[in-house]
Amino acid sequence: MVEQAEIRVVRQGGSKITFREPVISSDSRFLLCASGHTVKVFSTVTEECVQELRGHTDLVTGVLLRPSNHLQVYSCSADGTVRLWDFTDGILIRTYVIGYPIFSIFASASHDGVVFIVTASQRDNRSDAFQLVAVHLPACADQLVETTELSAVLGDVSANPAAIAFGRAGEYLASANGSQLEVYFFKKKKSHRFSLKDENKNGGRNTLTCVACHPTDDCVATGHEDGKIRLWRNFSHRKEYTYSTLHWHHGAVASLRFTPEGSNLLSGGLESVLVQWRYEQESQRNFLPRLGAAITHIAVSPDGSRFCTSHSDNKITIIQSCVKVSSIIQGLVTGDEVQTDLMVDPRSKALVLNGKPGHLQFYSLQRDKLLFNLDIVQQEFIHQSGLDQYQVVRAAFDGSGSWLATVEERKQKAAEVEVNLKLWAFDDHTQSFVLNTTIAAPHEARISGLCFDPAAGSRTAVLVSSSADGHFKAWRLAAPPAHTDDEGASWSCDFVGAYHGLVPGCCSFSADGSLLAVSFQEVVTVWSPASWELLATLSQPPGDVRNLCFGRLSCSKYLLGTTTKLLCCWNLLTCSLEWSTSMEVSLLLADPLSENMAAFCHQDGSADLFVFKPSEPLPLFSQKAVCPGRVTRAVFAPREVMLESCEESSQWLNRSRLYFLTPQMDLLTFSTKAEEQSLLASSKQLVIDDAVAMTPFYLLLGKHQRSGAEAPAGGPSSGSPALPQSSAAVRELLQTPAHVLPAASFLCSAFLESLLISVTDDREETGPADQEMESEKEEEEEGSDEETGAGGTRPEEAPSGGAQTEGAAPGLTRTQVRELRRVRKLDHSWLARILDS
Amino acid sequence: MGEFKVHRVRFFDYMPSAIRAMAFNSHTERLAVARADGAVEIFNFADNYFQEKVIPGRDGRAVEALCWVGRRLFSAGLDGELTEYDLENLRPKYSIEAYGGPVWTISGNSQGTLLAAGCEDGTVKMFEILDERIQFQRNLDRQKGRIISLAWHPSGTKMAAGMMDMIRIFDTETGSATHRMLVERGAGASKSKEVVVWSVAFLSDHTVISGDSAGKFQIWDGSTGTLIRSHPVTKWDVLVLSVSQDESSVIAGTSEGTVVQFQFIASTAGQEDKHWFRTRTFKNHSHDVRALVHTDTAVVSGGMDTQLVVRPLLDKVEKNTQESALRKIAFPHRNLVSCAKKAGLLLFQFPDHLELWRLGESDGNGAPGEILPVKRKPEKLIQLKRKGEDHICCSALSPCGSWLAYSTVSSVRLYRLTLSSNSVSIQKVSKLPKELRSVHQLCFSLDSSRLFASSSLSSVVVVALDQTECRCLHTLKHKSGSKQPIHILCPSEDGRWLAAANTDCEIHVFDLHKKKLHCSVPAYSSCPTAVSIHPASCSLVSVHADQQIFEFSLKQKEYTEWSRQLQRQGLHPLWLQRDTPVTRVTFNPTNPAHIVLHDAFMFCIIDQSLPLPKAETKLYNQMVLRSFPQPQRSRESHAFKICKNFQHLLSVTLLEDLSLVVVERPLLDIVSQLPAPVRQKKFAT
Repeated sequence: MVEQAEIRVVRQGGSKITFREPVISSDSRFLLCASGHTVKVFSTVTEECVQELRGHTDLVTGVLLRPSNHLQVYSCSADGTVRLWDFTDGILIRTYVIGYPIFSIFASASHDGVVFIVTASQRDNRSDAFQLVAVHLPACADQLVETTELSAVLGDVSANPAAIAFGRAGEYLASANGSQLEVYFFKKKKSHRFSLKDENKNGGRNTLTCVACHPTDDCVATGHEDGKIRLWRNFSHRKEYTYSTLHWHHGAVASLRFTPEGSNLLSGGLESVLVQWRYEQESQRNFLPRLGAAITHIAVSPDGSRFCTSHSDNKITIIQSCVKVSSIIQGLVTGDEVQTDLMVDPRSKALVLNGKPGHLQFYSLQRDKLLFNLDIVQQEFIHQSGLDQYQVVRAAFDGSGSWLATVEERKQKAAEVEVNLKLWAFDDHTQSFVLNTTIAAPHEARISGLCFDPAAGSRTAVLVSSSADGHFKAWRLAAPPAHTDDEGASWSCDFVGAYHGLVPGCCSFSADGSLLAVSFQEVVTVWSPASWELLATLSQPPGDVRNLCFGRLSCSKYLLGTTTKLLCCWNLLTCSLEWSTSMEVSLLLADPLSENMAAFCHQDGSADLFVFKPSEPLPLFSQKAVCPGRVTRAVFAPREVMLESCEESSQWLNRSRLYFLTPQMDLLTFSTKAEEQSLLASSKQLVIDDAVAMTPFYLLLGKHQRSGAEAPAGGPSSGSPALPQSSAAVRELLQTPAHVLPAASFLCSAFLESLLISVTDDREETGPADQEMESEKEEEEEGSDEETGAGGTRPEEAPSGGAQTEGAAPGLTRTQVRELRRVRKLDHSWLARILDS
Repeated sequence: MGEFKVHRVRFFDYMPSAIRAMAFNSHTERLAVARADGAVEIFNFADNYFQEKVIPGRDGRAVEALCWVGRRLFSAGLDGELTEYDLENLRPKYSIEAYGGPVWTISGNSQGTLLAAGCEDGTVKMFEILDERIQFQRNLDRQKGRIISLAWHPSGTKMAAGMMDMIRIFDTETGSATHRMLVERGAGASKSKEVVVWSVAFLSDHTVISGDSAGKFQIWDGSTGTLIRSHPVTKWDVLVLSVSQDESSVIAGTSEGTVVQFQFIASTAGQEDKHWFRTRTFKNHSHDVRALVHTDTAVVSGGMDTQLVVRPLLDKVEKNTQESALRKIAFPHRNLVSCAKKAGLLLFQFPDHLELWRLGESDGNGAPGEILPVKRKPEKLIQLKRKGEDHICCSALSPCGSWLAYSTVSSVRLYRLTLSSNSVSIQKVSKLPKELRSVHQLCFSLDSSRLFASSSLSSVVVVALDQTECRCLHTLKHKSGSKQPIHILCPSEDGRWLAAANTDCEIHVFDLHKKKLHCSVPAYSSCPTAVSIHPASCSLVSVHADQQIFEFSLKQKEYTEWSRQLQRQGLHPLWLQRDTPVTRVTFNPTNPAHIVLHDAFMFCIIDQSLPLPKAETKLYNQMVLRSFPQPQRSRESHAFKICKNFQHLLSVTLLEDLSLVVVERPLLDIVSQLPAPVRQKKFAT
């Protein structure tokens, strides 16, 4: 069991990026957002994740720019620590240990060395009572700091971070809880409470949902459940306070934000419209409609040039100068329910599940990025409650990823369910799926199982669908009749099977495609797909069979099935029960790359995981209480690089990783300690090599690097290593903070020298390269797709380029280079602090 | 409580008139309200918003503006005249032609020496206020376009005038216009329409605030004539503005029925730099808000929907007190219905006519709460149009139903009615004694042999009626020296006593046999709203505007023991929180311990034999009591038995045959007769 502790349940990829309000860096170049256990740094221009701040061991619950240093960021987490990061370089500067789970973090420029955190109230043991605590962060150089100076500021606050805001120059703090607004004045150390009636006579719900303070005036804006916004003024008097009411939203106001100058108030909510109110002329408002999904957070960059809105579909929209959507950062869309299984696209190795309504999303777990959405339903989705629309309920890939089958259905009240089966062929030319065949009403009832023959490389592909109408149907790709000019083959029904009028449940092909198992309530039938004859029936009452899985590789003679109470393993050679255990399995799935099988059990309100080989009924690995609730969606995703783990309990993770969805729609996975350490190490290394963000300069450099890296690969004739060499000096120049650089005169000569050398080598090459570079820049400003596509390859190439430059930088002497590097690595934060003070 | 057969009368088509203008006198705390039919009402804000006086209107007189100067009330209207009112005799004192066409506005300076009137022809006319009259002094420079609104600077040296498309500032000493501030027209199609500056205000720091027909609330610098801020408030018109006494708050009434408050607040605490911020919005009206007053503690608004709304500012009053409750005054605080107890007739008073109805009959008997079948439907016997231009101010019907009298400010008319089962005849009594010239209140004695009329100087004229002639017997006077008009007259059933209450809060009781003052009830600070003399015990029951009840024995000339006990114990808080005054007190002839009284939302029988309710007991306990068994019921019951089955009551009377006549006027019926309000887009429609 000691080794098992090494395997942890972690969030890796696909986490919510809209859990907390994102933060835009002061130069508007980066967007920081809490995502699972990490903080992600996105470029606001390219939408690419440029940095991931790893270190927290639990959910990150808040991100905050350090008021005294705009290059550093605080993050707080439910693991009870506050960490200070340098987010451009991704370096953890300091860890402050608080000791209690933290729900949100606040700070203000006028409270130096103090952060305010929301923790559960220790005073009374109610789980819903929270307090705001001021934490004095001790100024010492240690990496790990225990904080002892905690002082409670306000009791009875809301855990929602939107419900607390700092007012003008940090002089007061506004906190909303229930239908009460509390304003705490730091100077007088006293607070005023203003309460509204819970319910006014028109049935409006006055509960406060969010709060924002004007940066220069004494004005607090509160958003309410009924869609009203109130602007409170004169609240320094307990009695003569006053407020005005603005009303545009019809649903609850989810977020409010003033722009940094205080000229505008932004609000958003369910309507997915960003509303901009002119401060003091509130009847003038601007709208930015059709943002796609309900707004949950609004953030404004410190210079006010960009806004960003988080949406309920795990999306962050960056808005430029309040009128134009400049970029969209999309996370994994989980919504309330995932109806398709989790799948892995065999080609792109992307996780596939239904995302936006009527779409399948392809999500790269390795890069933690949404690749694309495939429109399955191809109908306009109308946002209206009570309207039934087509939904993608099932999907399946064939073994090579060249075919995709989807089932969409629409269930209207008091009407028969409408089902469509669609088959999509992968088009190599467009690198996307193209609709091949649409089968309307493939079954008379809803389809309960769908699977492809996994080994159809040699034969024509076979798809089997089972339905509640009592039949299962096999669909085969049929060649078109000779006389028609129609392009290509289409799918048609090949066989309709039934068994004693029982209702089929799930279906499964064996790994080589020679057998098909279909469960009919309590009975498992085994068919031969070649001749469609019933080979055997297996049964193990009581209870309907829920899951069916064939063993893989050496265990391919086994067929596993689960009923409500039992997990059974049949030997197909003897057609007899090999073993069975009594457990309530909610999900059974097989690793496609090994013999291993994973079973999620539901016990005592939480899910347990067992990993085993079908040949032996002893688990290889088991973990109790993986997550609360029942796990019904999971997938084995093959790894790109095999892990070399020697410990027995974690060997099952070597070839593929197991991802699963909790009932709360969090995508979790298992990770070994060694893996985590290597990940941490690699991220540190990245820091050194690739610290330059997506700037025009970087593109310039990147272009040079890439052309340098590609040239040797393309052909030996154009050996021009001189270009990347020149960039070493440039990079040093750009990466080093300006205030610690040596005199410009000293650098200038070195810089020019480096340029001169590059020219001597190949004159013809540089001319066109410069032109190309210019056009590249223009393209970048328009945000072309090509650039983002190329972005993925950059990290791999960068180290090699960097290695080359280190060896041969003739422009600078070796000592000069070393000196420069040493200067760069110094911690300059002390200098910044002095400058700020 | 007893069971009654109830005549539920809903055929009184009383329609109050729209509120046009208001003026508040903060020294006397009197609010003057002018209605569209020319009537002027005076409310006493110090005494539970009681409607003290009503000066009836007159055909063709449309009051456009009201103004208090000291204790004197002036009005101006589109007939081009300035009128001062005689508040003691409830009639216009005199009218002066302004010779400038219709007068849109008048405004008095704070010193009380000058009255400015804005006229259609573009002149601002200054009148000097003399002791007994006003005298034209001079014109300010004549402008093109009419003067819609006027506001004096508190120093009296400057004046802002709202006109068409502009605001002008006058120097009142030289009479010349010093600034001309152009007001922007509305956008779109209304660009071609000139904008009307409906209202201006001039603050002591030379800030001018204007509200106009383009829906803008604008703040101007009056010393330089520049626009400081413009707040679009509504799509329609901003009709009226009112400034608080300390100039920290301005309210604006709009055509949408909303009242918008602007406050002068420092944008950051502790700094002197103050701005006008739009803060609260009150929506208590369905139609135009035409008149607005900002008192120290409340926003008083009135408009087309005829209701007077007093909305307290919660930051200025104590929370959860009687002062902090919203009040809507929809009905007059006096009786418009007279009932002939013996004959079963109802007389309804309208400003321009009277209606006489015979009540329906039913011989059915039913369980409580049941509706009885009507044997004979109620029928309108007479509709009597008034003569002359003046509106009816009071009317009376004798208990036997054979006499009918009404009065305007100029004359009294008396009619003799003869009713048989199928024919009605009405005959005017031609010769009336000359003492019956201008009366405020009319009343018949119970045996219909006497007509009592309150006259000037709080005197009461007693007229003897018989078939051949009517003559004035004598005039009853008292010696308190009050000149206020009598608003309640109440004879006793045996014809011996006559109680008269005036708006100086005095109640005088006259002995009709001795023809002199019998006694005066000890003065109480609140005005009596209903007075009645008990037929058996000869005690006088009076209910006051602050909801207090007194019983005064006429024989002993002192408060009765019950009344003292009531004062000692105090009335129930819920009783004191009611916001409409009791307008009639009657007695149950079968049970002398019962006092029947009503206000607009309930009627109540006070059983003097039962213990008084304590403050912690439930006041409205009729439904609870019904569920209790008999012994507990008698233990729990208290003196106040309140029935809220009938709402919007104008009158509750007990007939001789012990059936109850309840005259209701549902507010919905009034609202349905109002013109359509301005169209507003409502969400999700």
